[in-house]
Amino acid sequence: MSLNIIVLAKQVPDTRNVGKDAMKADGTINRAALPAIFNPEDLNALEQALRLKDAHPGSTITVLTMGLPKAAEVIREAIYRGADTGIVLTDRPLGGADTLATSYSLAQAIRKIGKYDIILGGRQAIDGDTAQVGPQIAEKLGLPQVTYAEEIIDVTNGKVTVKRRLEHGIETVKAPLPCVVTVNGSAADCRPRNAKRLMKYKYAVSPSEKAALPQDLQEFVDARPYLQLNEWGAAFIDADPEQIGFPGSPTKVKAVENVVFTAKDARHLDNDDAQIEELIKELITNHTIG
Amino acid sequence: MANFYTDNADLRHHLSHPLMRRIVELRERNYTEADKFDYAPLNFDDAMDNYDRVLEVVGELCGDIIAPNAEAVDHQGASCADGRAIYADATVDNLAACRQAGLMGMAMPRRFGGLNFPITPYIMAADMVSRADTGFENLWGLQDCAETLYEFGDEDQKQRFIPRVCEGETMSMDLTEPDAGSDLQSVMLKATQKEDGTWVLNGVKRFITNGDSDIHLVLARSEEGTKDGRGLSMFIYDKRNGGVNVRRIENKMGIKGSPTCELVYKNAPAELCGSRRMGLIKYVMALMNGARLGIAAQSVGVSELAYREALAYAQERRQFGKAIIEFPAVAEMISVMKAKLDASRSLLYECARFVDMYKILDDISKERSLTPEERQERKHYNRLADALTPMAKGMGSEYCNQNAYDCIQVHGGSGFMKDYACERLYRDARITSIYEGTTQLQVVAAIRHVTTGTYKMLIDSYAAQEVRPELQAVKDRLAVLTGMYTDAIAAVEAVNDPAYTDFMARRLVEMAGNIVMAYLLLLDANRNESFEKSLHVYTNMAASEVTRHAEFIKAFDPAQLSFYLAK
Repeated sequence: MSLNIIVLAKQVPDTRNVGKDAMKADGTINRAALPAIFNPEDLNALEQALRLKDAHPGSTITVLTMGLPKAAEVIREAIYRGADTGIVLTDRPLGGADTLATSYSLAQAIRKIGKYDIILGGRQAIDGDTAQVGPQIAEKLGLPQVTYAEEIIDVTNGKVTVKRRLEHGIETVKAPLPCVVTVNGSAADCRPRNAKRLMKYKYAVSPSEKAALPQDLQEFVDARPYLQLNEWGAAFIDADPEQIGFPGSPTKVKAVENVVFTAKDARHLDNDDAQIEELIKELITNHTIG
Repeated sequence: MANFYTDNADLRHHLSHPLMRRIVELRERNYTEADKFDYAPLNFDDAMDNYDRVLEVVGELCGDIIAPNAEAVDHQGASCADGRAIYADATVDNLAACRQAGLMGMAMPRRFGGLNFPITPYIMAADMVSRADTGFENLWGLQDCAETLYEFGDEDQKQRFIPRVCEGETMSMDLTEPDAGSDLQSVMLKATQKEDGTWVLNGVKRFITNGDSDIHLVLARSEEGTKDGRGLSMFIYDKRNGGVNVRRIENKMGIKGSPTCELVYKNAPAELCGSRRMGLIKYVMALMNGARLGIAAQSVGVSELAYREALAYAQERRQFGKAIIEFPAVAEMISVMKAKLDASRSLLYECARFVDMYKILDDISKERSLTPEERQERKHYNRLADALTPMAKGMGSEYCNQNAYDCIQVHGGSGFMKDYACERLYRDARITSIYEGTTQLQVVAAIRHVTTGTYKMLIDSYAAQEVRPELQAVKDRLAVLTGMYTDAIAAVEAVNDPAYTDFMARRLVEMAGNIVMAYLLLLDANRNESFEKSLHVYTNMAASEVTRHAEFIKAFDPAQLSFYLAK
């Protein structure tokens, strides 16, 4: 049976190789020093989607991303790897969203897409590390959710079988479709970009990107529907203005601080319960742990 | 998180050579395929952008997948069981990634499922793949054989086999036998035509790289009773038909991930490719030329890794209170490694462009008749490609061996241990100057271009180009070296003895190579200042090499020749 698959993807600053200039003096992210990348675990999710598509010919993969207009880049990256099409959810009122407003917006967009059997996303994004958006979407759509997925074993008779990677072991579960699955970084790496697809889709653009192209390329895109990515706004997904962006976000960031480790010397303890207990108490008292 | 394309600005420099405009225009038939294929370029800039993007994917694949797998591949190696060759686990992963990325059949036309890349960017991919894992370059690079199928197979064969290569099936060229190594005229594998006109193969092949491939090109004796090259034909063997088993694989010093097979053919069905009797004299010669360019690329990849490993270690390793690169003896070694790397790479891409020019014109000549100018152009570039291919393979492979040697030297005692990549590299490098024709055989192919003046013609064309004033002194120096080269040729020719010319051949070819590579670096530096350091270092080295050979030839008493000809 062919499947309608939605992959949730996010464009994030690359926080994996953070240098000294990653944060500005005021504590905000210096985006110029951190290139925007495809959130790594979303790539793991995409690979699971591509494997489902390999196993179920005729399936389609739609990538949904919310962010700035340039987030269309992650859709192209996904298409180069085998996804069919994508939607950039971008609109000024959607900006400044916390996980609650984000999951609401994405859930509205998914409702708009309408047809879906399985919604895949990374466990979490490397900029916020909350792991909340996937589960919240499942709740909002009233769908079962499977988190920490390491491998989708199969889809048969309307049920998906998933191997989960948990702290103390592996669990294999079944869930009825449609459902939401969030994928762990320990899952298979995403396949590389395909050379032919790269050349075929390199001019795939969203309407706002198209407007910046020279006239002849705009006509080139107009003549080829497969090069036209969707760009949706808040009104198009029938979003309640109170539930999106800043108004819809109860989370308020009070301050962002650069944590500097001040301890200079290593301390040696003997293999002695009393000493270790003493250290634990000290660390709790000075809020290093706990 | 490494990318072997974007971390190496020299590659983009060579890709942007002025001759590329003409190459791409010819290869893309003036950009007329965009209507038929959705991934064909619209114009020159679009095509170059395609190469750049795809090479960036190759670079990522090399940096993130193939290179990190290289150590495991070397440890596990290929194996043999039940008549089949079995790749190391990580080799299987590498091949899968290359298939998914669509990097097989890169230089094949689109109508067969290829990317229709010119040879030059394809060779650039080979350069990177070799840096990532020298032995894997063999498996991936054997897609070259499709080029021979494309040139000499009939339409039906092309349609049946080339798309399979583009989909990722691997190939092999089954030439060598126990008693036919460098001397392929002695091939004995028997091809017998049955009454229904089909052929079967019987016999043994040895030292076959990737010998358990999906599609084999096989050199076999089709003409009973013949003893020389004129009785040999080329056949296609499809593994799906069965009949060829792997008896054993070699236990090798290096490139352990690439299975080197002994094959037994038992009534293996095969089909003739091209015309009978042309197997060795035409097809295998073409196959070998392509393969030699591939080994030249492999050699440059090895040199690149050797240089990087040596540099990184020398910057990190501290002795006597400072990084060892601070010591002039170490720094000089590394500078010379870089100069040899840059010189051999410039020669590699010059050669690749020449191959592109004549091959594309040759291909066009099958669609329409060439204009007289185009025919002239094809002949010109064919001659230049024939001259530079053995030089790039011969000298490039010797340089990569020297660089692998120096890489270990820079590492000191640690380099002798299995702990660093340089140890593997040293073993992997060694084969490059042996297979697809030893360096000595490259000299045999190259010497006629010394005596007929191809190299001199090329050198003169370089000398005719203007350079920036600050490079003029180097250019003047190269003119002096060219004089020493022509004097040496005249001195050897004056003896008028073929045995004497053979004896001096390697010296003469190396002199030509030193001068050609120095000029190429001069032109590179003229276009891009980052090559200046290597230009000066290489020119100093080339001057001393050319002078050494010139002195040897000048001082040599032909009567002493017998001392060198052991009986």
